[in-house]
Amino acid sequence: MEANGGEIVRELKELKLQKAEIEQRISALEAKLHETTAAVERCDAVSNGCSVPTEIEHGLEHGMSPDQIYRYSRQLLLPSFGVEGQSNLLKSSVLVIGAGGLGSPALLYLAACGVGRLGIIDHDVVELNNMHRQVIHTEAFIGHPKVKSAATACRSINSTIKIDEYVEALRTSNALEILSQYDIIVDATDNPPSRYMISDCCVLLGKPLVSGAALGMEGQLTVYNHKGGPCYRCLFPTPPPTTACQRCSDSGVLGVVPGAIGCLQALETIKLASMVGEPLSERMLLFDALSARIRIVKIRGRSAQCTVCGDNSSFNKQQFKDFDYEEFTQFPLSADPLNLLPAESRISSKEFKEILQKKERHVLLDVRPSHHYKIVSLPDSLNIPLANLEARLNELTSALKEKEYGCVNTGSSTNASLYVVCRRGNDSQRAVQYLRDWGFSSAKDIIGGLEAWTADVNPNFPSY
Amino acid sequence: MQLTLEFGGGLELLCDSQKIHKVNVDLPNGEDDLTMKHLLTWVRTNLIKERPEMFIKGDTVRPGVLVLVNDCDWELSGQLETTIQEKDVIVFISTLHGG
Repeated sequence: MEANGGEIVRELKELKLQKAEIEQRISALEAKLHETTAAVERCDAVSNGCSVPTEIEHGLEHGMSPDQIYRYSRQLLLPSFGVEGQSNLLKSSVLVIGAGGLGSPALLYLAACGVGRLGIIDHDVVELNNMHRQVIHTEAFIGHPKVKSAATACRSINSTIKIDEYVEALRTSNALEILSQYDIIVDATDNPPSRYMISDCCVLLGKPLVSGAALGMEGQLTVYNHKGGPCYRCLFPTPPPTTACQRCSDSGVLGVVPGAIGCLQALETIKLASMVGEPLSERMLLFDALSARIRIVKIRGRSAQCTVCGDNSSFNKQQFKDFDYEEFTQFPLSADPLNLLPAESRISSKEFKEILQKKERHVLLDVRPSHHYKIVSLPDSLNIPLANLEARLNELTSALKEKEYGCVNTGSSTNASLYVVCRRGNDSQRAVQYLRDWGFSSAKDIIGGLEAWTADVNPNFPSY
Repeated sequence: MQLTLEFGGGLELLCDSQKIHKVNVDLPNGEDDLTMKHLLTWVRTNLIKERPEMFIKGDTVRPGVLVLVNDCDWELSGQLETTIQEKDVIVFISTLHGG
């Protein structure tokens, strides 16, 4: 039954994907046909000899086709944007790094508004827990590269622009080559090493950088390295401690918050590309969604002492290629699992399942924050968040005692064992370390946490 | 001296999750001016409830924290030597990296 259901789901997924691709091909062909028909009509109208009309005959010195005029008419009608702004936009090229929460709306608007050439780079695949904020992706693309999904969406909105797909991670080895092909770079990534790497690369290549960030209920936006403005390192010469670098996958994010910042990134990019307005350089926009406050603050200019863009900087392309950004920021991009404890202080989720089946006396301590615990938890577990553990040890002691008294007749060892679990198996190790120091010598952590429970014991246990 | 202090980008978690603090800070003994240097010490003592290392490093803010005096980067007004006036608004914001 289950295997059959799985097959149907797979087949459905495959068909939806094919459908999306076919629809995209249809819209591209329709656009092509429309252009051809329009050209033929123009021919017929001009003369019997069917000479191709020149731009002069139509008075179209800007070089936009009738279709382009119609498509972008609402932007052409803007006195402050107009033909000149649109022509500049059509000639421009933009690289969006990251097709996630920020990149999704940025890409949709950049494709729609008529940026001539749009590059998308991301190494990730679409996941179900992306959908609430990464609005460019559809369910049909779950499990497929984000770049493929985003490019399909962009082409279905605007089949007349050039879209470049890079299904790969941006590294110091490919960054210079890729970034050099574009006029404007959009940083829509989610981690400190990428942010430093992209900024440094933009300095070396002399490209403006539209940088956005969002987490929880807050967002930030600025333009770096633009006409004498600061680079990322001018503002943040020293990387923050790793503990200050929260990820959306740990701290959460309301979908629309990166959405708002991503839209504003598209706006700043359009302003730069079309050469209209005042770019957000040497200023930073701070967005607090919860209190509905947007504050635009003045930030420092380029720092003469900056190690990358400063007056005496000798930072060059070779140094960039050799630079270890993960080491510099102490922020690994592919984290090895933490391993704090000796093997005898740990058990696997499968072993814990056996303990449950044998009805061994134990207390299961869940050290996740209480709002995580409310999402999902194992039955009969005690929640004391790691941060409060020391202050609430008495609760743990009484839970252990209760288990002991509850089973006085079994005759075996009187001590109930203590198992500690968290989401991924890192905090549980830290907790076990503390607990052992505080005299709970039987404490053991469940390797891999609840994620391992879902993966190895019960696939129906919700993961988040 | 009446001041408005704001914390953002996660720094509010260090002061009971309260973002805006209307405070009254006395001038240090024998001084005519209140500087950011003094204010940082005051904030550390009076507002920061946990993990002070997430706010202060040495005698200044930790890397990754922007300080804004009346919506202006304190780099432009003299950092720790910036003089604070009555009714000033000082914002401490941690830079975000997510997306």
